[in-house]
Amino acid sequence: MNESQVSASPFIVERSTRVSQVSAVVATLGLAVLISLPYWGSTGSMRLIAEMAYFLALAQLWNLLAGYAGLVSVGQQVYIGIGGYVLFASADWYNVHPLLAILISGIAAAIISLPMALIVFRLRGAYFAVGTWVVAEIFNLFVAQVPKLGGGSGYSLTPDIVRSVAPDRAVREMLMYWMALALSVAIIAMVYLLLRSRHGLALTAIRDSESASESLGVDTYRTKLMIYIVTALCSGLLGGFIFLQKLRISPESAFSINDWTVVVIFMVVIGGIGTMEGPILGLLIYFAMRELLADYGSWYLILLGVVAVAVMLTAREGLWGLIAKRYDLHPFPVRRRLVRPPAS
Amino acid sequence: MAVLLELDRVDKSYGALRVADGITLDVADGEALGVIGPNGAGKSTLFNLITGDVAPDSGRVRFGGADITAMAPYRRSRLGIGRSYQIPHPFSNMTVFENLLVGGIFGAGRSEKESHAHCVEVLCLTGLIERANAAAGSLTLLQRKRLELARALAMRPKLLLLDEIGGGLTEHECNELVETIRAIHARGTTIIWIEHIVHALVSVASRLIVLDFGQLIAEGEPRAVMADARVQEIYMGIPAS
Repeated sequence: MNESQVSASPFIVERSTRVSQVSAVVATLGLAVLISLPYWGSTGSMRLIAEMAYFLALAQLWNLLAGYAGLVSVGQQVYIGIGGYVLFASADWYNVHPLLAILISGIAAAIISLPMALIVFRLRGAYFAVGTWVVAEIFNLFVAQVPKLGGGSGYSLTPDIVRSVAPDRAVREMLMYWMALALSVAIIAMVYLLLRSRHGLALTAIRDSESASESLGVDTYRTKLMIYIVTALCSGLLGGFIFLQKLRISPESAFSINDWTVVVIFMVVIGGIGTMEGPILGLLIYFAMRELLADYGSWYLILLGVVAVAVMLTAREGLWGLIAKRYDLHPFPVRRRLVRPPAS
Repeated sequence: MAVLLELDRVDKSYGALRVADGITLDVADGEALGVIGPNGAGKSTLFNLITGDVAPDSGRVRFGGADITAMAPYRRSRLGIGRSYQIPHPFSNMTVFENLLVGGIFGAGRSEKESHAHCVEVLCLTGLIERANAAAGSLTLLQRKRLELARALAMRPKLLLLDEIGGGLTEHECNELVETIRAIHARGTTIIWIEHIVHALVSVASRLIVLDFGQLIAEGEPRAVMADARVQEIYMGIPAS
């Protein structure tokens, strides 16, 4: 599956390496361990792993958007918020089953992202970043004005809706944990397969030279638009899930730039933007710091800032960039290598 | 011979600066056309008007009989207009082979598997096969120039626009590149080539045009054009007595 014979030439195209085969095995084993966690772990550890899983998915989505498509958005929280509110509205107003409502959250975010893209895509670079943020704030202010959505103070899911996920609390915890895992793994796998596909080729080309991509037949506008909509869809799904788990939503929490975007940018930039591996490393660093320093209040945030500035000044390609350069390590390769097969 | 590319009274100005002034030009299918002119004469603009990177103020551009004046650059590429940039624009974070695949997949509209063999062939033709897995950002100048050419060829162009592809190369390197270009032309690809190195140009081109201040001031058989007094004055700096 990973190799293809180039017809009538002595070359084959390789997509995997020894390192990537090992890391695929490690990732599969790791996932198996995580799936079994509810049978031997505590509720606390399940919640932490679930949170890490959806943050990794968010980080990979932002990495796809900013690191590959060059769309440096600081307004992705808008799709988390839309996802969350659509879940609450469809479950509360229309009695849609919460699990089905998550799907609706994703679809709603994707539909809203299209007209939004037509507006913010007129902006470039820093203006695009600010524009996406402004749009997110507008949604925040708008939702706060809607009494039926709880206005500025937000509202909670009724016990009936909560019980419709699963009547028993322990079962519900397990179910939500597996859903976090399934949703995140599906999104991360989708990002990886996308980057390995022809679309990944087009994205990397656009990132390196937009005009040369056009001159080689790449529809740069449509490629970026597709990525923007796909990330909105996935963010909407995650938003729906996250607030189903939280059981309570408010404009401040749903459209929080700190919770859903700044933290995610921290992970991607610290770990290494434009690679699959970088956000994983960034995620581990962020959660390690959070668990160790959570008791120090605002000092913890100051320290996060210091680390971010230090890494940006000394390692522009992130910490993974340093490691990859030194050891030529690519556990999740997206490249194609042309090799002569060993004589048989 | 059938006309492949037609420019019909094409104008383009940036404020008071006229970079294309009523350019009318036919390029026949299979022709090799050379373009010369001093710096700032509008040579690269001519290419940008053909590829769609720059929209004309007035006039029409037709390719293969179809009006492409308002067509987006990527769609013109898919029709078969390939270009190499004066300053190479490699996809630095991709391998040389992947650089070609972009043209093969999106420009020529083939599947990835279908593109593999053709890209390998182009790598061999352009002498880049040994560098296939190198990051494009690590190439030397000559290799970057070759990559510009190879990438455009990967999209199986009908018309190939070469913008000073010999510039900055040693004479030996330039001669090697000329041989490659001659081979490409011999396969039936139509070529328009901007070049300051006139002897390299005329060894491939059968017709020459001269641009100055956005105007087409001379055109014809290369030796006759180079002997033209106006060309000698404007381009070579020899005053007409």
